[in-house]
Amino acid sequence: MPAWLPPPAVLAHLGLILVVFNMLVLSAAFMVWMERKVCAYIQDRNGPNRVGFEGVLQPFADVIKLLFKEELRPKAADALLFAIAPVISAAAAFAAFAVIPFGTSTTLWGLLDQPIPLQVTDVNVAVLVIFAITSMGIYGIVLAGWSSNSKYSLLGGLRSSAQMISYELSYGLALAAVIMLAGSLSLREIVLNQAGTWWGFIPRWYVFLQPIGFLIFMTAGVAETNRAPFDFPEAEQELVAGYHTEYSSMSFAMFFLAEYVNMVTVSAVATSLFLGGWLGPFLPDWLAWVWFLVKVFLILFFYVWMRWTLPRYRYDQLMEFGWKYLLPVAVLNLLATAALILWIG
Amino acid sequence: MDVIAFYIFAAIAVVASVLVVGQKNPMHSVMLLITSFGALAGLYVLLDAPFTAVTQIIIYAGAIMVLFLFVVMLLNVPREEPAPPAVSALLGPTGIRIGVILSLLLGAEIVWALSRIGLGWFPQDPAAASVSSVALIGASLFTRHAFAFEATSVLILVAMIGAVVLARREH
Repeated sequence: MPAWLPPPAVLAHLGLILVVFNMLVLSAAFMVWMERKVCAYIQDRNGPNRVGFEGVLQPFADVIKLLFKEELRPKAADALLFAIAPVISAAAAFAAFAVIPFGTSTTLWGLLDQPIPLQVTDVNVAVLVIFAITSMGIYGIVLAGWSSNSKYSLLGGLRSSAQMISYELSYGLALAAVIMLAGSLSLREIVLNQAGTWWGFIPRWYVFLQPIGFLIFMTAGVAETNRAPFDFPEAEQELVAGYHTEYSSMSFAMFFLAEYVNMVTVSAVATSLFLGGWLGPFLPDWLAWVWFLVKVFLILFFYVWMRWTLPRYRYDQLMEFGWKYLLPVAVLNLLATAALILWIG
Repeated sequence: MDVIAFYIFAAIAVVASVLVVGQKNPMHSVMLLITSFGALAGLYVLLDAPFTAVTQIIIYAGAIMVLFLFVVMLLNVPREEPAPPAVSALLGPTGIRIGVILSLLLGAEIVWALSRIGLGWFPQDPAAASVSSVALIGASLFTRHAFAFEATSVLILVAMIGAVVLARREH
């Protein structure tokens, strides 16, 4: 290896970042395709089937189309914030994935002296980092809504910020219950704590200890990612397209990308916290990430399935549900978990 | 490396904070304040306090500033009126005069404080590295600082009740 190259561990780490980033972009593309396909089958249609095998390349065709579209900006818009908003959205969506572990460690078939963990960075407060970055993502939506200087965008932005603030509380409380069980804020440790089985066949996943917490987390996760049945920021009948009404071309595509990457991230967090992350039977250690992908895929499929099955709530129902039902249940769940931990020890 | 990062974060924090005051558009002020909070979080990371950094982002940048943004958006304050040209800052309206006095006081306090501790490098405390542990922070919050902790929660409760009372007055 030439001397001017950085040490192999650094190179491997940069490579890891590149792989994770591209996997996220590809999974977003895949999600767009899956969403359209599943939606089509649910509605008894065929869905995209012209570009590539069964339309797999449709998202790429869409992106190329979007790239060549004209970038429009309303005359009265706040130019700077209008341009920054989609960047904040997309950056926050990608950044949150940095702390999620998706496998054990690898030496790349002996290429490296030290094995590197399959995770961009292992922070000891990883769960809180995800929480913090997710809350930054709100700004993209709020700023887009405000800076467009259009009433539909503004209403969409306001709704989404109110919604995200309301559901973030339940989301955080569901996380806290798992943190208490694991006794750690590091995602890698939380996953490793779920190793093993009860009576030889039930995996020790936290979903079995925290079934209510899992439900709360998934519900709040849907609201956080602005997905149906909680997709008020973009309720078409009322708000045209919500906060991204005035966006076109690639800045629109960035919001789109952020939405799908956020879904992947929420599913990955749910997998790590409740479903044992990369842990699973049959596969050798170096293939453990396959389990991670399978679990994330199943949750994503569930999201898509839900979107095309359930109608949208009304906005006041959503707020009422968040504050009057979900939050009290989350608080009770947290208290009960704490009491049980104290009692059992 | 750490020193370069420190100066970058410190510069961002100071410049953003100064610009917060100078903006005509309240929305830009809010965004700059968030930037400043982000840079502060970076400084906490450099101080080996990731937990403090993350709470800084979650509470200040994430929760409180969203509320700020909300209020600014709902009130839809378009732009501040440019202040009438003052003859002299000291002879301006009462508000400005009080501001001048307060900032002079603050400046005097900073000079006094710096003269007390000196401008050298702070000694490295070996125990400081363990402060980043969440368990330690929790333990000291509920033992040594229990009174301050409980007092804060009462203050927050008062604020909440105040908000509810204000909101109900219209009915």
